[in-house]
Amino acid sequence: MGRKLLLDKAHIENIRLYDVYRREGGYRSVEKALKTMTPDAVTEEVKKSGLRGRGGAGFPTGMKWSFLAKPEGVPRYLVVNADESEPGTFKDRYLMEFIPHLLIEGMITSSFALGASRSYIYIRGEYAWIVDILEQAIQEAKNNGFLGKNILGTGYDLEIYVQRGAGAYICGEETALLESLEGKRGNPRIKPPFPAVKGLWGCPTVVNNVETIAAVVPIINEGGDEYAKIGVGKSTGTKLISACGNIKQQGVYEIDMTISVEEFIYSDEYCGGIANGRQLKACIPGGSSVPILPANLLLKTAKGEPRMMNYESLADGGFATGSMMGSGGFIVLDDTQCVVKHTYTLARFYRHESCGQCSPCREGTGWMEKILLKIDSGKGSMSDIDLLWDIQRKIEGNTICPLGDAAAWPVAAAIRHFRDEFEWHINNPEDCLRKNYGLAGYADELKIPVLDA
Amino acid sequence: MADEVKQEAPVNFKVTIDNITIEVAPGTTVLNAARQIGGDVTPPAMCYYSKLEGSGGKCRTCLVEIAAGSEKDPRPMPKLMASCRTTVMDGMVVKNITSERVQDARAGVVEFLLLNHPLDCPICDQAGECHLQDLGYDHGKEGTRYEFKRRTFEKEDIGPFIQLHMTRCILCYRCTYVADQLTDKRVHGILDRGDHAEISTYISKAIDNDFSGNMIDVCPVGALTDKTFRFKNRVWFTKPVDAHRDCDKCCGKVTLWNRGDEVLRVTARKDTWGEVQSYDNKPGWICNTCRFDKKKTSDWVIEGVTNINRHSVIAQNKYNGLVVPKETITDVMGGRDPKLLMDIHDVSDVNDPSIDLSLIEGPATSKTFEKKEE
Repeated sequence: MGRKLLLDKAHIENIRLYDVYRREGGYRSVEKALKTMTPDAVTEEVKKSGLRGRGGAGFPTGMKWSFLAKPEGVPRYLVVNADESEPGTFKDRYLMEFIPHLLIEGMITSSFALGASRSYIYIRGEYAWIVDILEQAIQEAKNNGFLGKNILGTGYDLEIYVQRGAGAYICGEETALLESLEGKRGNPRIKPPFPAVKGLWGCPTVVNNVETIAAVVPIINEGGDEYAKIGVGKSTGTKLISACGNIKQQGVYEIDMTISVEEFIYSDEYCGGIANGRQLKACIPGGSSVPILPANLLLKTAKGEPRMMNYESLADGGFATGSMMGSGGFIVLDDTQCVVKHTYTLARFYRHESCGQCSPCREGTGWMEKILLKIDSGKGSMSDIDLLWDIQRKIEGNTICPLGDAAAWPVAAAIRHFRDEFEWHINNPEDCLRKNYGLAGYADELKIPVLDA
Repeated sequence: MADEVKQEAPVNFKVTIDNITIEVAPGTTVLNAARQIGGDVTPPAMCYYSKLEGSGGKCRTCLVEIAAGSEKDPRPMPKLMASCRTTVMDGMVVKNITSERVQDARAGVVEFLLLNHPLDCPICDQAGECHLQDLGYDHGKEGTRYEFKRRTFEKEDIGPFIQLHMTRCILCYRCTYVADQLTDKRVHGILDRGDHAEISTYISKAIDNDFSGNMIDVCPVGALTDKTFRFKNRVWFTKPVDAHRDCDKCCGKVTLWNRGDEVLRVTARKDTWGEVQSYDNKPGWICNTCRFDKKKTSDWVIEGVTNINRHSVIAQNKYNGLVVPKETITDVMGGRDPKLLMDIHDVSDVNDPSIDLSLIEGPATSKTFEKKEE
């Protein structure tokens, strides 16, 4: 049984209300930070904790905070990225819906560390009901002196605002989010300047994921060193994983990054194995943008070691044989799933969500979608696979924001590991409409299908 | 404050682009440094416009490889960078035409830009002065690998002066910057997102605010063209002359595109990079009155013939050196018998294939194709 830091009290009835949350030890970190620590000391604790951004990139949070420019007389902002739109990721929703005060508490402590007197939660438009939950929590915190002017008599002021997005995946990219928050079209900005120097309304800004900010609470309560003891190597603390797909128990799990992927999928404590007695075929371990892995590479790295649920182990082998921790959207595919159709669905999503600002992403995503649909409907040819590979190669790395990469990686990984399935679709145009390629050799112990297209 | 900065002797940054070293002022972008060198090392730019604040970074044609970040930190940058939005550092080493990676990526971008472009150059008023045409000639491939229907849009009328062809648009955003920075009120912008994003006005409003005509000049393709010049002539048959008039709204310095004595079109004067020329460090934007209403020679004081690059089709009055396709009609028709086809030249008497259009003087007229009495 792994240790829980964020969700340990999630099961308590009415924990979403201030009174219950406070009774269970809530807002201790605010008291500790504001009354006994300096802002720099809070940042130092976060640095020591080794906390990494939980939104997908895994950038060390303490380092991000220390990059924040601090010119005199210019306000600084903390913006919480709650625009959780990555297919397969729903951990922040759970957190905000059931323990909203954990986020508010983390925001107060973090804003104090950053010297921000106004903070924003930019929440995905589809989470309409969570806005009410958060606003109620903010009001309750305000009524009890944790927000507003002169918090706890320390002279520190903070206001938190919730802003709803209008339903665009791209607004989860931090600079697009800031544009949208400013009331403009949500196009990613060209970097540099980075938000740490010129962010919201041209002021230094830190944008962090909901889970990252929530994790600040246990870090301050227990100390950065204690937090760093949990987990392994550079993957410290706990991580929320939203597991979905063909597993017995879908849901949000908190893991301490020391368990193996195999245990996570098959143990009853977590996913409980593959549903309906089917077999594991493939898995996207970190949200739709990260590379898909076949069962054999998912459970064991190319070196033959068991793959663990942490940043380093999931990325072991690079993109050739590994994947990424990403945002923790764990999507499991069983042997009844078709990887070609699956890749097409993702390509369609990215085409729809591309902002259209830069040419490779705008044109390339649509092109990939059309080719994938063609292959999926049994009209493809062998040259289409190579063409797909060439298109994704020309998108990746050449765009303004990471959406181009996010659109290219799933296609690249699908071709890299599941080329036989694509070829089967092309060679059996009629069968592929009625039948499924099935598990094939993707779970075989010895075969490691690494293809250079 | 500004004076103080000037007094500190400005230390120039040394930057090496394709093995040519140049000293530029700090804050200069890589693209502008390359433009100071000029010639082949200058990356093409479809969306960047030096006179429009905030433009650039979108089209990705100007991507370059930064082989060394600066003297202090000579690590290369892992990704290709948009040269129009990357400022130089002292000791930076940039690779443009000497980098295979850049050439490969640029070919990819050009392919993406042309993917949904209708290639209706034969009926496009921009043909001959189109940056996408130039880019296509320089970096494009002969054929396309795209086999799907090209994207189309619903037609929209944006007023009596500007013609919008959304199908040709490459979404460089330049016209929205013009609207933001030059006109008194912006009535158009980008609607929707992704590959269905389009330039549009707020509920089909006409764009007729002053200075909006500059949208035509900044548009790198034929998406925004002059409606008063529509289908009047091909640009390479017109004769550009520099002219000016006293205008209380703008600088009044323009190029007239004449045919005989008739002024067919008025545009701002362009510099080497296809951008509006500057006078006393101010961009020479022209007002709509000068552009659309003053179409008589008597309105203007003629200064002389406009200097046009001799390689331009405009200077040569024609496209010359036409590449005649090697394939036979049978090849083009996929092996089918051409006799089944109607010979359009027989029927219409125009575009007689035996007449090389590049060899006739001036524009082709119906007389060129007149049937000789036998």
